[in-house]
Amino acid sequence: MMLNVQNLHVYYGAIHALKGLNFHLEQGEIVTLIGANGAGKSTTLNALSGLLAAREGKLEFEGEDITRTPAQDIVRRGVIQVPEGRKIFATLTVMENLEVGAYLHPDKAQIEKDIESVFKRFPRLKERRNQLGGTLSGGEQQMLAIARGLMSHPKLLLLDEPSMGLAPILVEQIFEIIRDINDQGTSILLVEQNAQMALSIADRAYVLETGQVVLEGDAQEILHNPMVMEAYLGGH
Amino acid sequence: MSVSSTTANRPSLYDLIIKRGWLGKGLLIVVGLLALWKIVVSLLANPTLFLQQVINGLQLGFVYALIALGYTMVYGIVRLINFAHGDVFMVGAFVSFYGIARFQLHNWLSNLAPNLPPILTQAVGTLSVMAVAMAICALLAFTIERIAYKPLRNAPRISALITAIGVSFFLEYFGALKFVFTPNFITYKRPFEITTWFVNTKGIGQLIQGDTIPEGSVIFSNIFIIIVIASVALLMALNYIVQKTRVGKAMRAVAYDKQTARLMGINTDWIISFTFMIGAALAGAAGMLYAVAFPQVFFWMGIIPGLKAFVAAVLGGIGSIPGAVIGALIMGQAEVLSAAYISTPMRDAIAFSILIIVLLIRPTGIFGEPSREKA
Ligand SMILES: Nc1ncnc2c1ncn2[C@@H]1O[C@H](COP(=O)(O)OP(=O)(O)O)[C@@H](O)[C@H]1O
Ligand SMILES: [Mg+2]
Repeated sequence: MMLNVQNLHVYYGAIHALKGLNFHLEQGEIVTLIGANGAGKSTTLNALSGLLAAREGKLEFEGEDITRTPAQDIVRRGVIQVPEGRKIFATLTVMENLEVGAYLHPDKAQIEKDIESVFKRFPRLKERRNQLGGTLSGGEQQMLAIARGLMSHPKLLLLDEPSMGLAPILVEQIFEIIRDINDQGTSILLVEQNAQMALSIADRAYVLETGQVVLEGDAQEILHNPMVMEAYLGGH
Repeated sequence: MSVSSTTANRPSLYDLIIKRGWLGKGLLIVVGLLALWKIVVSLLANPTLFLQQVINGLQLGFVYALIALGYTMVYGIVRLINFAHGDVFMVGAFVSFYGIARFQLHNWLSNLAPNLPPILTQAVGTLSVMAVAMAICALLAFTIERIAYKPLRNAPRISALITAIGVSFFLEYFGALKFVFTPNFITYKRPFEITTWFVNTKGIGQLIQGDTIPEGSVIFSNIFIIIVIASVALLMALNYIVQKTRVGKAMRAVAYDKQTARLMGINTDWIISFTFMIGAALAGAAGMLYAVAFPQVFFWMGIIPGLKAFVAAVLGGIGSIPGAVIGALIMGQAEVLSAAYISTPMRDAIAFSILIIVLLIRPTGIFGEPSREKA
């Protein structure tokens, strides 16, 4: 098991946001966490990334306990989050955003090679390399956010609603890229409200509701279970 | 109908004066015209005197710039007005004083290799003293940040502000203790001899002590040259660090969004400490340069230059690095010109009037953008 989350409880002050979450992810998988707004998806990813502390429960990555590991050491282990809303550094150029993404890999030659390879994947970013991040369109920002995440050589990529606010054609493109990144060996934990799309590329899925897993299983099964889709995901 | 409705919507006097900034704009126009008139008249009346003032103002402005950068960088990264910054400047001045007067640090190279040309050994000696002052100030700021500010990172901002004022008093009155810097005014010993030159339409020449200054010349000294060169060099180094290096990019990322910076693996606590240290090192250098120019050190010497540099940072747009430099150069000129042409005590009043006018009409300063603060 690459990632194992056991009985995770997270609070925001008095708000009990995650109430004993359990899920896992195998090396090479795409696992999706789906659920309505406010279900606790982003909270889960932020707890994994070390931005939020678990009050109870255990997080394991590659067999090691990372429950209390500081954020920068989690990144160093190869668990990289591409946050909700892209969170591009608007005052930095596209190049600088990528360089900051490689913060823990300060080898100049390696950074150049990595930038070349993300530019191959995202030619639009290459055209805009010297533009400030804040001037990019939503789709370009999402590509930059993913590219920036790839700069730190993720073993496990945590993607928080990569399709949010994008036109359908861009959503298709982003999901194709996600699948491609996975094909090249990176495991992916994908958080989505767009359940249809997420389930169509995922191996397995967990449905979250108010901080708990209410359903889990094979992605295809959940996708083709009309009752499930109706009840938890607001229909097709 | 339409007439009565316009009367009803007519803005109140309060709206006009405060909300639309008429008071500030009016003040700015009046002060601006007065200043312009004064400047043109003085320039025409005595161009050399005027040029002399501009040179003096430039020297002062660069020192303010070095201090103002610390305010603006710290504000940019943790949204704190670090009121103890002026006192770090004071510590820098004292460290250089002790380095020179007690430890003869400025002579180390000439003692080691007496045959080297004195200009070289003096330059190396002066730079060594400056480096020590910068390092100790950086260390001091690191300590202050870890002890006083870091525990308050998530507290309401007013708590950190009050703490900063407390740290400022602590540094001043700790410095005033008999076994620290003493409560006295102490004469500063420069690490080199002053040389003065005069320039006029006929050329340039060295001014021998005791000579009268030739009619119609502007004078400047090696102090001016050293301040300008040292400041410009430090500004260029800072610009390089912030724009080009890994840690500089991390600083800008942290200033923009701390949470996301942590997702990049950036240790934000360390970057914040580093920012405090850079600002303090610049203030330490400024403290030494200021003491070289105005050779007296005392425990509260940081207050007024600190406040003026703060005004400069606000004028330029707090958070903006080029803004701090431009604001400081303007402040230097405003202070020297008003001292020369209005009256010496007026120069402080002018400095703080600038603050009030800026806050009234453009609180974001020259380069500042409207704040994009998160709730
Ligand atoms: N910073 C916060 N402070 C307080 N409550 C929060 C905060 N962030 C999220 N929450 C609450 O935690 C719950 C889960 O939120 P979140 O993880 O953002 O959901 P999702 O990503 O699934 O939309 C929600 O009830 C939300 O209101
Ligand atoms: Mg969310």
